[in-house]
Amino acid sequence: MKRFTVAILVNNQFGVLNRVTSMFRRRQFNIHSLTVSETESAAYSRITIQSEGDGVVKQQLINQLYKLPDVCSIQEFEQQDVVSRELMLIKMKNCAETRDDVRGAIDAFEGKIVDYTKDSLTIQMVGDSRKIDNFVNLMKEYEILEICRTGVVSLERGASTIRRVTHL
Amino acid sequence: MKLTGSDIIVRTLIEQGVDVVFGYPGGQVINIYDSLYKYQSELKHVLTAHEQGASHAADGYARATGKVGVCIATSGPGATNLVTGIATAYLDSVPIVAITGNVPNSVIGTDGFQEIDITGITLPITKHNYFVGSIEDLADTIREAFKLAASGRPGPVLVDVPKDVQTATYDYEPHAPVLPEEKTPAKDIRIQQAADTINEAKKPFIYFGGGLIASGAQKELMELADKIDAPMGCSMMGISGVPTDHPRFLGMQGMHGHYACSTAMHHADLIIALGGRFNDRVTGNRSKFAKNAKIVHIDIDGAELNKTVNASHGLRGDMKLTLQKLLPLIKQAERPEWQAHINELRGIEAAGQDKRPGMTPANVLHKLNGYLNANTPVATDVGQHQCWAAQYVNFKQTRRFISSGGLGTMGFGMGAAMGAQMGTGERAVLITGDGSFGMNLNELATAVANKIPMVILLLNNGVLGMVRQWQTLFFNKHYSNTMLDQRQTDFVKLAEAFGAQASRALTLEELEEALEKAFACDGPYLIDCAIDKDEFVLPMLPPGGSMDDIIVKVGD
Repeated sequence: MKRFTVAILVNNQFGVLNRVTSMFRRRQFNIHSLTVSETESAAYSRITIQSEGDGVVKQQLINQLYKLPDVCSIQEFEQQDVVSRELMLIKMKNCAETRDDVRGAIDAFEGKIVDYTKDSLTIQMVGDSRKIDNFVNLMKEYEILEICRTGVVSLERGASTIRRVTHL
Repeated sequence: MKLTGSDIIVRTLIEQGVDVVFGYPGGQVINIYDSLYKYQSELKHVLTAHEQGASHAADGYARATGKVGVCIATSGPGATNLVTGIATAYLDSVPIVAITGNVPNSVIGTDGFQEIDITGITLPITKHNYFVGSIEDLADTIREAFKLAASGRPGPVLVDVPKDVQTATYDYEPHAPVLPEEKTPAKDIRIQQAADTINEAKKPFIYFGGGLIASGAQKELMELADKIDAPMGCSMMGISGVPTDHPRFLGMQGMHGHYACSTAMHHADLIIALGGRFNDRVTGNRSKFAKNAKIVHIDIDGAELNKTVNASHGLRGDMKLTLQKLLPLIKQAERPEWQAHINELRGIEAAGQDKRPGMTPANVLHKLNGYLNANTPVATDVGQHQCWAAQYVNFKQTRRFISSGGLGTMGFGMGAAMGAQMGTGERAVLITGDGSFGMNLNELATAVANKIPMVILLLNNGVLGMVRQWQTLFFNKHYSNTMLDQRQTDFVKLAEAFGAQASRALTLEELEEALEKAFACDGPYLIDCAIDKDEFVLPMLPPGGSMDDIIVKVGD
């Protein structure tokens, strides 16, 4: 199964996220990550989703999205044409035996310690999902207390923007 | 000019060309009903017995006319009673606008008396819905609802209006009726590729559904069939799309389709699917469905393409416009071998025809056919009688078969037949069963009150026949809760108690007499028509089966 990322520009009104996710639920599209945020225009919100499936699933998801009147535009991303980032906060147990190893990993991954106590340290990690996954896997060697991830946001490389994409 | 919100609602309906609305008053729409009183000379309101009847009536009106049907209900239970009707319209792509009242904005979210989140409830069964929080948006929201309901693939739209918006005042300027979004054909390149495939086919079969009727592409369809010398068949939603007696028309295909039609589709090397959606009742077991056929699929809804079966060519566009562009690219051709095969299949079907005497479903409906004129809308409920109607009733005009195909809503027929009658001005026929009729027979009151000329042909077998048929064939004759013989309902007396006329037919002679009276009656007339409880709908595809497993006859 192939992972894919789709950005959706929707009307910035209450209930719109519900309309979108209700469609996913009803048609049983499995969503790995979903982010919603304001955009450069107050009229629109941007939803970024990561899902999984073959080409037929992806096309069906996009076709069904286009049928929602609040969906203004959709952009599907090819891996090479996109900048994708995710932010993670991960809280690790802080103890003398593992401290140096954990800090070494943080440096190697260019993470940042944003909270430090006697018993815990909280790390901020930014990157693509794969980097975040790799860091989490590495941290499993030690004691993870808590993880929180934002989900992916994506923009196409270059000057083109989502609103240039027209309906099918 | 300054008007109250409720006046704006009614004036906007009038401006959009609505001539009749179906509904039921209540606390949170009492202002709308006051406005309906005020404008009663311009807009007729039909009071139904139950909001579900109102939603089905709006649906039947829309199916028969192609115009947007409108229903109104109060908040809470009034709104939830519309839900089955809205879902029925959604599954069959019927344009209706449902208007509901709700508690005032200040009470919303507090579980006020008769407050319900109807926009939440109807989210997955409407094309879109609106909660009109302020009066500034009211008129334009209703206009947008009409536009959306009729645009592209039609469907239901709900507008929920809290009471304080109905009582507030705001400027109102009349508008011209909104037009649906402009229709466009499929892309030229796709049309050319499809044409090439069609021209190469040796055994093409045209399968059409409700989308063909919605697009009004009947003429283009028949032209295509003639040009490529192909047989035509339809899904249940496609019935009345072409005249039943068209020489190329094989009837309905699918689970209870005509033998020649289903088999021809199965043997085809090309299926040209026009406005159908390859539902499971159409395909049977999808892994075995028409394995040797390429598929050219034309639909206005791009999401239907490759949804359940893979199409060699998916063309998204308006049917009529797309066929108009396709036709000049199609080579006129004769396909005598294919036609010979079709004739062979027709022969097998004819030889297996039900020729038993007496009150068989075939004989009853053939009798009915003698009384139908070209414009008679024929509505059905859901079950065996529906499939028999689909198999045996003759149609000449499009939009005259009014049946719940997608949702399969028992209880649809009474409301739908009334709506179709009011939309067309023609006497309507309802073919129903004792199970379905029991669900919404309260609408007899509406039919009597409005002197609606309609013939209710009740095929009374004392059982829930379709489920019983499955129990007979697949559940060792365990007739779990499908026997209605304990009920002892006297449908003739029942109809008379409602103020309708009625008679009972135990023989074909009595049926003939009853039909004579029914088609001369100026109000509703019910015929309680006795048929045997073990009549089957045949042919039948067994569950999970393909066309190779088709059951045409049931042994003793």
